[in-house]
Amino acid sequence: MWQAIKRWYAPLDGNGMRLLPVILVVILWQISGNFSDNKILPQPSAILNLLQKETFEGDLLFHLGMTLRRVAISFLAAMVLGTLIGIAMGIYDAVDKALDTFLVIGLNIPALVIIIICYIWFGLTEFAAILAVTINKVPMVAVSLREGARALDKRLFQVAQVYKLSKFDILTKIVLPQLLPYIFGAVRNGLAIIWKIVLVVELLGCSNGVGFQIGGFFHFFDIAGVLAYTFAFMLVVFAIEVLALRPVEKYLLRWRT
Amino acid sequence: MSFLSIDIQDKTYPNACVAIQQLKFTATQGEFIAIVGPSGAGKSTLLNVIAGLDTQFSGSVRFGGSELAKSDVTLGFLFQECRLMPWLTVRQNLQLVVKHTHATPHTKTIDEWLQCVGLQGCGELFPAQLSGGMQRRVALLRAFIVAPDVLLMDEPFQSLDAPTAAQLRSLLHELWQNSAPTVLFVTHNLREAISVASKILFLSARPSKVILEYPLTRLAPIDIESDEVSTEHKKILETYPNLLAGLHLD
Repeated sequence: MWQAIKRWYAPLDGNGMRLLPVILVVILWQISGNFSDNKILPQPSAILNLLQKETFEGDLLFHLGMTLRRVAISFLAAMVLGTLIGIAMGIYDAVDKALDTFLVIGLNIPALVIIIICYIWFGLTEFAAILAVTINKVPMVAVSLREGARALDKRLFQVAQVYKLSKFDILTKIVLPQLLPYIFGAVRNGLAIIWKIVLVVELLGCSNGVGFQIGGFFHFFDIAGVLAYTFAFMLVVFAIEVLALRPVEKYLLRWRT
Repeated sequence: MSFLSIDIQDKTYPNACVAIQQLKFTATQGEFIAIVGPSGAGKSTLLNVIAGLDTQFSGSVRFGGSELAKSDVTLGFLFQECRLMPWLTVRQNLQLVVKHTHATPHTKTIDEWLQCVGLQGCGELFPAQLSGGMQRRVALLRAFIVAPDVLLMDEPFQSLDAPTAAQLRSLLHELWQNSAPTVLFVTHNLREAISVASKILFLSARPSKVILEYPLTRLAPIDIESDEVSTEHKKILETYPNLLAGLHLD
């Protein structure tokens, strides 16, 4: 049996190896739906139908767009802030010591606490929603970039000094390339966490967005609706990973042969 | 006329290790000086001090007779490792340093320079795609392309196999004769020093100072395995038997 699977699986290319298990799971899921309660676990075909209906006749695109907007703004804000704080902490020992306690608190405080406090202080506003997500993410970016800044190769800065490179060249040709792997790490992690937090924020205090919609489906025990929105969401995540992150990363890190 | 005059009273590391004490020497313009000393004698520290990478010392480093502003002196530095930027292509690595030299006798384009060191067609490659010897060539080229007044070299050919090192030594000599920078070539290999330099400075063990200045008469590079080098090598060791141990001479 094992040998047979290997014979089928081994000749596939990378994409085939990625896709085959997913297809198998979906097929099994579809078949098993014939023998179980479709209210508890709707079949993939039913979810796809609903997804299609919600997309072309319902408000799915609007809610997805609102969520993506929140994700984009808070992601950018968190990346910029976290990167600056992380680099400063990695380079200057005094900054590191001053902020380290706050960093540990920021990393460990439950997302829910930050969300609720932001809503209480700033009301159920868009600003509060985005602020809550950003605050949740900044410490994680900072930790990653601090590692990167600590790992900067001092010997290359000596080269820069001997050959009298400009500050701009030092930043763009020596510092940033060394930080890139850490930035990519933070981007990946960042997106993954932010999706999750944005939905909670929307559930608790927004009147639109995927989180708000899923909250609505929850009230009616509409599992198909929940899964249809989740599926739309997954498609966006994969599109970003495959169309944006991977090619950009591959290009920027092509010097690692 | 001395172009470079070094007078380091004291260089002590924060951990109280005294690396250099009372180290003095001068170099004329275009002179090729090899600096030989036992390992751990503070040779790398000396180069770092001269290059201005290490400013925690007492004493002076003067260029062109007076204490010239460091910004007026163009330096080339060949480190023990190549220290190329791995994310930049060979061409970008060279362009990076060329941009900032105000002395710009760029009669040669980067392609002509590459050809000149036998790296034609390698401009678009990344350092990791080159062999160790080729990476050295790029580093050597980077040091020369800025048209340096002073070229500092810290055991640059140490990790290479013998034929590659010999090739690079003769390339170095060729480049040196064309533009005649003052060269300080640190090595712990006396044969190598004899084969390239016009003068050898012997350093003592830590705290290091100059214990002997030994002029050589020849200007052309010679093979490190040649009889000429062997004869000279023998002569030096017979005259100064304790030299390479880094002991102070009486």
